Amino acid sequence: MPRIRDIAKACKSKNAGPFEITIDVVFDDPALFRRVRDTGILGPALFARLYRVAEQDVLFTEYPAGNAFKATLPRLVASGDIGDTDVYGAQQHAPLLDVEIPL
Amino acid sequence: MQEYRLLSTSGLLGYGFPEASLAAGMAREPHMIGVDGGSTDPGPYYLGSGKCVNSRMAMKRDLRLMLRAARRNRIPMVIGSCGGAGGEPHLQTVVAIVREIAREDDLHFRLAIIHAEQDKHWVKRQLAAGRVKALRNVPPLDDAMIDRATRIVGMMGPQPYQRALDEGADVILAGRSSDPAPWAGCATRANLPPAPAWYAGKMLECGATAALPKGHDCLFTQVQANGVIMEAMNPIRFCTPFSVANHSLHENATPCFHIEPGGLLDTSECLFEAVSDRAVRVSGMRWTDQPYTIKLEGAELAGYRAITICGTRDPLLIGTIDEFLPSVRENVAVKAAAFGVAADQYTLVIRTYGVNGVMAGWEPVQHTQSHELGFVVEVIAASQETANAVLAIARVQMLHVDFPGRLCKEGNMAFPYSPSDIETAPAYRFSVFHTVAIDDPCAPFPIEYELI
Repeated sequence: MPRIRDIAKACKSKNAGPFEITIDVVFDDPALFRRVRDTGILGPALFARLYRVAEQDVLFTEYPAGNAFKATLPRLVASGDIGDTDVYGAQQHAPLLDVEIPL
Repeated sequence: MQEYRLLSTSGLLGYGFPEASLAAGMAREPHMIGVDGGSTDPGPYYLGSGKCVNSRMAMKRDLRLMLRAARRNRIPMVIGSCGGAGGEPHLQTVVAIVREIAREDDLHFRLAIIHAEQDKHWVKRQLAAGRVKALRNVPPLDDAMIDRATRIVGMMGPQPYQRALDEGADVILAGRSSDPAPWAGCATRANLPPAPAWYAGKMLECGATAALPKGHDCLFTQVQANGVIMEAMNPIRFCTPFSVANHSLHENATPCFHIEPGGLLDTSECLFEAVSDRAVRVSGMRWTDQPYTIKLEGAELAGYRAITICGTRDPLLIGTIDEFLPSVRENVAVKAAAFGVAADQYTLVIRTYGVNGVMAGWEPVQHTQSHELGFVVEVIAASQETANAVLAIARVQMLHVDFPGRLCKEGNMAFPYSPSDIETAPAYRFSVFHTVAIDDPCAPFPIEYELI
């Protein structure tokens, strides 16, 4: 079964302001985007499980114009505050890479 | 006006851009040239301390090229969120560079300086009047937070830029601004509708980031009544419908709804069409007027920080790391208390690279496979002296605390530096991150003019 790292064009994270991190999974073409969407795997429940946050705290968007899925999560520690590990939020995507998509 | 043309030189003042891209952009006869100066992305230190995020040398290089081009073509040069955080010291740093360039290159123009730093009494009055709201995941504002902030900036919309141009500015250097505001201000002032003007602004503030391959480079945009055309000015970069659509994902909570001063930009129905193999036309964006709010950003001092960096290659220590670090922590508390620093007078953070140094509480891997672990040990306290003292004790404990099965009896850690203890700059945190409803979009942002 292919993993996200095998089929995505981008899988990335970044700050959306200092208090949230946004994670994008982007595919190459609309057909693949639709096939991934139809599996129902990429949704708020997946992000809630991987990042151990409440599902209602996941702001999830399907973005067909960009063949992309986006999830925005509240940070555990605000960017740059004491104990933060990732000021830019650029390295929080890795748990998604091995998620299997049953295509 | 049928069309308004804007040229952005890069994603941030001081990131640099190829001179050939600027020349190609100027050949397209833009009506204005600009670059975004700001970001909260590098964290709270810059707003708190008043320091610029990019170097003076890098900003001066970009500014000189842009200023010469703007004066040669007699078009406005417009820069928002000067110096990164867009507070008074950041703005004055950029103003000083521009004065220096003008003197060196014998350039003459009418300079507008738009201030964005906010008086704390004014913020308190807005709070008392019920005009302040917290953004998502931010606690409500109170007077104590306002007092603790070392600096509070307001994020201006397009109107102060329009006023400066109406009042004859050739060059605008502004404090903190909504990133698209300078561009949206120029295009709407030329009677183009807000939807494409704001959309263009959202692209231009990142330079050629919307093109492939990504890079710090020039983006040229034509704003028309019912859409926007975008093209990168470096022949190696291509704007494609896919690359432009995907740029809406960048640093946004959602790709479709963008709250700006005075309205909402809705990009959910956008159409992306290739105009050529390197230019894209976007249409279908919508703008809805909303009550006028601006964002306030403030940072407060979190304390003074000292750090040390070390690593272990000992498998016996790595195997017992979950017990070792609490033991270090307890030893530090005892030793610090002995010289009069109680455990509640400092914060000790031990980052363990190889275990969870990158993801901390979000790290799903439970057991490290690493043959070596790296540590950044950090102490934050109310004075530098206390932070240094506790950090020194923490360094000694990392090196010498015993653990079960220990064979490395001369020392647990490899330290790469002498001195091993490093005083960093003071630590800040973002505190104020709220919106305030205002009646006059220009009132919080006074403009000064200077003939240069």
